[in-house]
Amino acid sequence: MTEARRFPPSLPLLIRQAGHQLRLFVRVPVAVLFTIALPFVVLLIINATSGDRLIRDPDGEWPVDAFVCVAIAAFTAVSATFTNLANMVPIRREEGVLQRWRSTPLPVWVFVGGHVLAAVVIAAASVVFMLAVGVALYGVSVPMSSIPALVVTVLVATTAFAAMGMAVAALVPTASAASGVANAIVLPMALISNVFIPMESPPTALDIAANLLPLRPFVDAVQAPLHPVDPTTVPQWGALGVIVLWGVAGFACAVRTFRWNAAPGGGTRRRRAARQSG
Amino acid sequence: MTSPAIKVNDLVVEYMSSQGTIRAVNGLDLSIAEGEVYALLGENGAGKTSTVEVLEGHRSRVGGQVEILGIDPTAGGSRRRELRDQIGIVLQTSGIEPEITPREALTLFGAVYRNPYSLSEVVERVGLGDFVDQRVGSLSGGQRRRLDLAVAVIGRPRVLFLDEPTTGFDPSARRNAWELVRSLHADGTTILLTTHYLEEAGFLADRVGVISRGEMLVEGPPRELQQAHGRSVMSVEIAGAGSLSDVEASVAAVLDGISSTLAWQGTRLLITTEETTKVLERITRWALSTGADLSEWSIERPSLEQVFLELNADIDREGDDD
Repeated sequence: MTEARRFPPSLPLLIRQAGHQLRLFVRVPVAVLFTIALPFVVLLIINATSGDRLIRDPDGEWPVDAFVCVAIAAFTAVSATFTNLANMVPIRREEGVLQRWRSTPLPVWVFVGGHVLAAVVIAAASVVFMLAVGVALYGVSVPMSSIPALVVTVLVATTAFAAMGMAVAALVPTASAASGVANAIVLPMALISNVFIPMESPPTALDIAANLLPLRPFVDAVQAPLHPVDPTTVPQWGALGVIVLWGVAGFACAVRTFRWNAAPGGGTRRRRAARQSG
Repeated sequence: MTSPAIKVNDLVVEYMSSQGTIRAVNGLDLSIAEGEVYALLGENGAGKTSTVEVLEGHRSRVGGQVEILGIDPTAGGSRRRELRDQIGIVLQTSGIEPEITPREALTLFGAVYRNPYSLSEVVERVGLGDFVDQRVGSLSGGQRRRLDLAVAVIGRPRVLFLDEPTTGFDPSARRNAWELVRSLHADGTTILLTTHYLEEAGFLADRVGVISRGEMLVEGPPRELQQAHGRSVMSVEIAGAGSLSDVEASVAAVLDGISSTLAWQGTRLLITTEETTKVLERITRWALSTGADLSEWSIERPSLEQVFLELNADIDREGDDD
């Protein structure tokens, strides 16, 4: 009898779901463009125009091109997790994909976990790519002793950013609004977080705000193990703590407010109308 | 198994709109036996999709009891998973990413069930062979609905929900979908379908329920509904009784007191009535006494469509009286 059969084990299902999300990622050109290609071009432009300046931080001086390269590496990891999930999940909701999976025996945590796992993998790949560019073009050095701290930092922080992305996906009613909201959060935050423009003497209020938001601590935590003068070998626990708090808040918010079907009057109705007239 | 596959008692569904709370389903009862094919008919806004969404677990209810295979669709945890493993759903929106192929989608969905059909079996039964490796985004509307059907049945469901499964199909695709439903029926699958197409309901369903304004108007096997609720159309050629208008006047006089309407189709007189025996008797007697010649008598039972239209017209008339 069918009743006697067991459900397939969760781990292979999780890996399959993550693989599915990775496949979707590489087949959505705009996602690849915004996550990797655009930050790469921005990096090339900034470093072509910023000369040989040195950036001074408490541990010493960075060549500006290495500093920016590492910061943008961190930024791509945020794009791959926070921005991508906040963009794509509402689109899939309007396509009915979320509701379709909700109709199957797939456990919810495996479905959501597949999205998060894929996002973290994309983030890690983006960081590796950007750092490889940095090593090749901008004199970034990645000491072996720094790698464990770097790996822990990227995995913990990107998981937290993924949770924040899910929270935005949960809170924003339509797909068209979601991409605007996600960018409206990320881009201003990037400007005060040393990503595109290193802040050398920011106003105190802005400095405090940047340190309470999750992006600046993440940039700091990625830069610390790659510092040209004094690379750290342990993760920046304080900075990671700030990010994890944001992640926990995002997770709680996503769990409480997540919606599986599109809001009435949103994209679904428009698409149905299009289908009926087509 | 004696307990019904789908059991609904006094279901009430409401939703909020800008005009306030709207009651979409108002005390609906439904009992569908295991292995039965049941068609829910109703106009847009009658409450059929709301009902099905509650059964699928996609909409919450205000009141009433609902059980699918003995499990409340709002159940959580392992009961939820157990139920989802045994049901298949064709939603009105497809819910498959346009960037993947039917083969990829079916492999992905098949992996989550305990006892799925094999990919090749589903591809063959639903007829996806021509486009199994094309991107979903490039499929025609009809091909996409076939994929929806395939995804809904890949888990070998005991209960299948089909919400307007053939909307947008061309006639041959509709025939294929019907064949599939019939073969699943033959396998013992319980099927609840909603449809606008009365022909579809009449062809597929063991029983039909007509709902209006969230209430069950009438239910039963399609043939019984046709017999009990519709007016037959009788037609006859009448010669030797003067001009068409003379004939119409005479027949109208002869049928005085019988509820009927007259119309012409060429030279054939069409008489729509519930009282076919009386009409036959009166017209025959009139023809014998006047020497008129009757030929080509025919009596057609109403289509399910006429039954449906009349039931809804009755409801509208009652509404106008308020």
